[in-house]
Amino acid sequence: MPDTMVTQNKTRESSLVVDDRENGLFRVNRKAFLDEEILHMEREKIFNRCWLFLGHASELPNPNDFVTRNVGGKELIFNRDRKGEFHAFLNTCPHRGAMVERQESGNSIAFKCFYHGWAFNNNGNYATRHQKGTYPENFNHDGCANLIPVKLEQYRDFFFVNYDDGANSLDSYLADAKIIFDLIDQHGPDGMEVVGGAQKYSIRSNWKLLMENSYDGYHALDTHETYFKYLTEAIGGPAEMPKVTNVMNLKNGHASIEGDAPWGRPVAKWIPAWGENAKSEVEEIKREVVSRVGAERANRICQLGRNTGIFPNLVINDIMAITIRTFYPVEPGVMNVTAWALGVKGEKRDFRKRRLDNFLEFLGPGGFATPDDVEALESAYRGYAAYKLAPWNDISRGMSRGQGEPFKADDEEQMRCFWREWDRRMGGE
Amino acid sequence: MANQNQAANAAVEQPMSRSAYEDFFFEEAAMLDEWRLEEWLALFTEESVYEVPRAGAPDTADSAEDLFYIADNYFRLGHRVKRMLDKAAHAEWPRSIQSHLISNVRITGSDEKGVHVTCRFITKRAKNDVTDTYAGHHNYILRTIDGKLKILSKRTFLASDSLRDQGKVTIIL
Repeated sequence: MPDTMVTQNKTRESSLVVDDRENGLFRVNRKAFLDEEILHMEREKIFNRCWLFLGHASELPNPNDFVTRNVGGKELIFNRDRKGEFHAFLNTCPHRGAMVERQESGNSIAFKCFYHGWAFNNNGNYATRHQKGTYPENFNHDGCANLIPVKLEQYRDFFFVNYDDGANSLDSYLADAKIIFDLIDQHGPDGMEVVGGAQKYSIRSNWKLLMENSYDGYHALDTHETYFKYLTEAIGGPAEMPKVTNVMNLKNGHASIEGDAPWGRPVAKWIPAWGENAKSEVEEIKREVVSRVGAERANRICQLGRNTGIFPNLVINDIMAITIRTFYPVEPGVMNVTAWALGVKGEKRDFRKRRLDNFLEFLGPGGFATPDDVEALESAYRGYAAYKLAPWNDISRGMSRGQGEPFKADDEEQMRCFWREWDRRMGGE
Repeated sequence: MANQNQAANAAVEQPMSRSAYEDFFFEEAAMLDEWRLEEWLALFTEESVYEVPRAGAPDTADSAEDLFYIADNYFRLGHRVKRMLDKAAHAEWPRSIQSHLISNVRITGSDEKGVHVTCRFITKRAKNDVTDTYAGHHNYILRTIDGKLKILSKRTFLASDSLRDQGKVTIIL
């Protein structure tokens, strides 16, 4: 397990992270959010070294399908060639750099640069005819005129890229986080698909705060008071956060919190607001899941929700709906966020609508909850301007629990998993 | 027969003058600018919808198939208003300052649901020393019920390809 060198029971102190195991204190210096130099190091040591989420197989259902997107600060094409093989290429012409595909998505057997007309098959091979004598006879013998491929691997239907040729496999990188993908993959008999496009927005704050926030069980009732008021009306009873929760250290900086939350789940937990007709449908969906995976696992899939952070910048929240969310720092105080909804392949229109409604009620830039998270992240960022006078964020909650006493979702162990990995990578190996 | 006649009578809503719809939109804009949101909610009926599809989505976008920003039925819209007026809606507290401009009003048709009217908009929202601009068009379906013009459907289409500039849609556009 070369990626898991976190010393589990030893106090460690760097200039930015204090991990004091003896006294149960964990602190992060606010400079980590503000400093241009630190962002530069993060690009080199984290975003250029870690596996980054690229896309989901369902986005490219047919041969020759493509999408373009920015991943880890680089413009990419994610596509399938004529044979249906998946590829990832840098979306930059090897000739002089312009983007060879400028549409967000489409179906194309070739990519052609608009600048000088260089063309490429969708397997990346240079496919331009020139008059004899224009270039040397053996031009492109070294592949210099082909689209530049990016290291691409998949786990189930999730595709990741890595800009480090020497990186370990995605499989070893994801480590125990694979169980999260396994659970999601079993929501439906035919797997999952990305539903109806992406929400693309921005937050005027540091990217690491969104990772913390995405599995922060502690903030829910304060930050999201108005969502819980809504939920109380929608479910016709008190909306309380779960008493019994599970915190999973998934290794390599990945972590997840799990619990039985008060909202309805499209798979497959009914609430009164959905009506009696939906009740029997939800029960039918649950029966199908039970028949496929057994009662115990079905309960985990249907009843329990999970907020998961995959280091460094992928969030998979399987809560009142499933969102895949990734984000990248434009500058220390600005991040671009892209979020997708994942749904069960082949689910009925009514259910798809309910799933999307559930998503929008909480999640996204027009939801009843995400905008308040954004306000908190932006507010914190403004506060960090005083970091020399108020230098430390406290992330100690629950750290001093006795040996053997499990962490709770409203502790902050999941964030400590992130920060220990961040500190390890930033500190040099 | 009586029912059929009624249905026939309800079949097509007769459009009013364009300026009557303009006046209605100007009044709606004033309610939003002035945070008179309960009054604004009273413009809707229990069958109404208020939707904001993703930036750049076509007019045909369907909230049962596409991921929107907002897809409110009357129940959720009622809560949206309640929430906006609640100090615990942190994104809108302290309250943002807004200016809704409406232009290019056109009657585009009428059917059994009501009169279809479209207009362009520019909405400015200022908070935390940042002013964001939202621009696009609204598609309305309007009908006179008990002598009052009501919004059966308001769908807001942003003329942009993302929310990278604004980050959020925490106000009524």
